[in-house]
Amino acid sequence: MTEPILEIRNLCKSFGAVVASEEVSLDLRPGEIHALIGPNGAGKSTLIKQIAGNIAPDSGSILFEGRDVTALDTVARARLGLGRTFQISSLAMGLTVLQNAVLGALGRRGRVFRFFRPVMRDRALLDAARDALQQVGLEDFAAWRTADLSHGQRRQLEVAVALTLKPRVFLMDEPMAGLGAEGSLRLTGFLNELRHEAPILLVEHDMDAVFALADRISVLVYGKVIATGTGDEIRANPEVRRAYLGEEDAA
Amino acid sequence: MRREPLINAAILAVLLAVPLWAWWTDEPFTITLATRVVILALAGVGLNLALGLGGMVSFGHAMFFGIGGYAMGILASQAQDYEPLMEWPILIEGTKSMPVIWLTAIVFSALGALAVGALSLRTTGVYFIMITLAFGQMFYYFAISWPAYGGEDGLSIYVRNEFPGLNTLDPIQFFALCFAILLAVLFFMSRLAKSAFGLALVAARQNQERVQTVGIGVYRLRLAAFTISGAITGLAGALFADLNRFVSPTMFSWQTSGEIMVFVILGGVGRLYGPVAGAALFIVLENVLGGLSEYWHIYLGALLLGVVLFARGGLIGLLAGREVAHD
Repeated sequence: MTEPILEIRNLCKSFGAVVASEEVSLDLRPGEIHALIGPNGAGKSTLIKQIAGNIAPDSGSILFEGRDVTALDTVARARLGLGRTFQISSLAMGLTVLQNAVLGALGRRGRVFRFFRPVMRDRALLDAARDALQQVGLEDFAAWRTADLSHGQRRQLEVAVALTLKPRVFLMDEPMAGLGAEGSLRLTGFLNELRHEAPILLVEHDMDAVFALADRISVLVYGKVIATGTGDEIRANPEVRRAYLGEEDAA
Repeated sequence: MRREPLINAAILAVLLAVPLWAWWTDEPFTITLATRVVILALAGVGLNLALGLGGMVSFGHAMFFGIGGYAMGILASQAQDYEPLMEWPILIEGTKSMPVIWLTAIVFSALGALAVGALSLRTTGVYFIMITLAFGQMFYYFAISWPAYGGEDGLSIYVRNEFPGLNTLDPIQFFALCFAILLAVLFFMSRLAKSAFGLALVAARQNQERVQTVGIGVYRLRLAAFTISGAITGLAGALFADLNRFVSPTMFSWQTSGEIMVFVILGGVGRLYGPVAGAALFIVLENVLGGLSEYWHIYLGALLLGVVLFARGGLIGLLAGREVAHD
């Protein structure tokens, strides 16, 4: 057994009477894609926010490469190597596409307190940024203002910025959302390769993509993980079928 | 093609040509007005770093303007009275040397901005505006109630301070000095806006979450910007006091904070030369409309309303069009 890179132990979070996470435990191992699925309101986004450091859990712990990071904030976790993409694109809209990617490369490199050298002439940063844009197929849009991109292109840029971070773990919140059939297919192929760079914890509604990609799937219902297993195991699990997939189209 | 650099160059050319012409025709009052524009523009350039690039709406920048002013006032008044500032544990004497005064103004306004920013930047939005306003007022009332340096009446300096190799009492020479400082600071700002720091600062204004997600802490970024911003406005304060040879608590007042903000908004928030255009327009209006009516602020208010409603990029935005992202 390889050691998990990311390990979540007994995470609990309630908002008043609403239980968003109840004793959630799951892990992410090197080279795998671990998909997190569940109906709307199951607590997927809350869980992602706790892993990324936006929300503090009530109890439980998050271990990153064996180190307890539960008390660290988003910035510290990002610096450790957590590359996150958002469910709703979160980019600097007034900047160009290339600038957004350079910002990621800058975050990866550190040394932000440089006041005099033009950042957009920094070869190392530009190369990292262009490389990431090319990987997601946005190289022709580098000079565009980010606000002028289509919805799908913004999703791609989200992924590209995460790539520039060269993270140890990808945390992707519905990267396929709104991409359309062709875009989804393309991104599926891309993520399939990406897992060799770093494992991916993938929250996704696109079931075709999930079953095509995931080595393991965890199903979250009402804040609880009701099952974890391979695609076949999840398909065959009666509890999952009842709670989530629906009796008919589970096959 | 991009028009903004051309417009910027034109603004500088006019700002240089007017006092030169006034010097030629022997109109020292106009030179003094132009010097006022330059110094107030510098104060605005300082604020523009916090407000325009960083998105920090500081309603307390008068405190740095005032700190700079009092740095000059205290040092120069001690020097003209031949009284040392302190004798123990080390002897510190007053000075009439501009470079020393500027350095003092920069250091103390930067320290002030660091302290005020460290507390204020824990808040955002309206709370940030109110807390910076509150700090500014604290300084204002402190200056009023501090009898050692003139209290409410302020401090007069009989002779303008000295700069090696220049006769600073000659209006055109003092103008040239202030203009050179403005140019240097504008150059620094143009570099800063395109630097790694500038990119992260602007990105944090547009989307704080994005910057944090790539592992860059936003608080330290903003605190650094606020500190530099305060230091520049502080330097402007020292020059302003030297121009008038007078310092008073008014420099600390919230009206002064408001005026500096008006320069930035009139000229164009976040535009490098916005505060220059804004300060120039303000002084021209003050002198043209002020001659027509004592209540010229009514027209200024209407103009400001128009800018905020219809021309968000201010004067520069109106002339140069939408902001182009840096290359």
